Amino acid sequence: MGRMLRLVITIAGKDLRLELRSRTSLLSAAVFAVLILIVFNFARDPTAISTIDLGPSVLWVTVSFAAVVAMNRAFNVERENAAFDGLLLAPVSREVLYLGKYLANVAFVLVVEAIALPLFVLFFNLDIAHALPGLLLTLLLATAGFVAVGTLFSAMVVRTRFAELMLPILLLPFMVPPLIYAVKTTVLLFGARPLSDVAEGLRFLTLYDVVFITLSVLLFSAVVDE
Amino acid sequence: MTADLGSARAIMRRGALITGLGLVGIGVVMVLAIGYTPVEINQGPAQKIFYVHVPAAFTALWIAVPATAFASLLYLWLKDPRLDRFAAASAEAAAVFCGVVLSTGPIWAKPIWGAWWTWDGRLTLTLFLFFLLLGYQTLRAAIRNPLERARFSAVISVMGLVLLPFIHLSVYLWRGLHPKPIVLKPSAPSLPPEMLKTLLIGIACALILYVGFVTCRYGIQLARDLKESADAA
Repeated sequence: MGRMLRLVITIAGKDLRLELRSRTSLLSAAVFAVLILIVFNFARDPTAISTIDLGPSVLWVTVSFAAVVAMNRAFNVERENAAFDGLLLAPVSREVLYLGKYLANVAFVLVVEAIALPLFVLFFNLDIAHALPGLLLTLLLATAGFVAVGTLFSAMVVRTRFAELMLPILLLPFMVPPLIYAVKTTVLLFGARPLSDVAEGLRFLTLYDVVFITLSVLLFSAVVDE
Repeated sequence: MTADLGSARAIMRRGALITGLGLVGIGVVMVLAIGYTPVEINQGPAQKIFYVHVPAAFTALWIAVPATAFASLLYLWLKDPRLDRFAAASAEAAAVFCGVVLSTGPIWAKPIWGAWWTWDGRLTLTLFLFFLLLGYQTLRAAIRNPLERARFSAVISVMGLVLLPFIHLSVYLWRGLHPKPIVLKPSAPSLPPEMLKTLLIGIACALILYVGFVTCRYGIQLARDLKESADAA
């Protein structure tokens, strides 16, 4: 178990190191997220809808689009010089390989969210300090779930034509159930409701995470093995 | 090789025949719906669409989608190309039936609910299913390697099946507007016998159409696979 964990971290570390050294996808995903926030600001009538009502939708639409863009990266980097064949030949199980890629993706999307969240608060002048612990937990749970599906799918779409368009088409239907609950939970949190009110949403997100992480781990070998 | 192509053609012809039979059956159902069944007291003539809408929904949700997912699951295990061809054919038929459900629904909803579209639970679920099926087709079209195509589409189909209960859970947060079940419920069906008979004939015809579509598409898929392997050789 300990060895497996070390291998997972090694693979994730490789991806993150690559990202830290080039910074291209991280930067572009973060800029993309910020641009969505800016577009949202101009796409609303501030006198008609208060920011606290619109806030949850803005936040989650931004997060989901930025996450899709970020996840396209995961297996794209492996295409050059047939790097993925090398990774497949590595003496690790497919489960470890998937979990390593998954972990790197979660970290990557969380970094993008960490950049977008303060700017979201800043741009929309929101006072959400009271909601922050719950919001961070919701972000973590929702991200953990749809990144699991996204990592599996990005391993597939990278082998198709129009890969960049294929991922959102396949992934967005899978992002909707966690998104529905995440938005609902965020609305409650912004309204300073007690944690017991949001327990249902968090339970749903946890269930989604458990089911789809397990399923993706199981199906990954069917994707990569001839 | 030519003999195989001949058998693909024979399958297509059989499929076309069954499809024709199903279409004639749907015509009969429409005549029955207009001439034989009584007019529903609350909804008036708008209710007649029920004899097309419900059979299509039943076939898509209870037959075509489970059959696709089951064949995909078996494919991942047995790697038999016939299962992949069947799954592809069945998914395509499911998309057609979903399309029928999603287009007949609003026609009925406008006079009855007063709006073409609402985000009613079952409606949203069917919409998502439709998008999943479209995604499935798009993915198939974008992969050249037949083995990869079969594996990837089987994975998507299994994932989609697991997703459906989650969509169900999340969209039922809103109140449903759909009529309550009237046939498949613990007590006896609460329909006049003419209506029930017509509905059952409608379902039978939709199933015949499904078999026709799947047979036809299976034949086409077989011919395609044969051509692909001939090209590769």
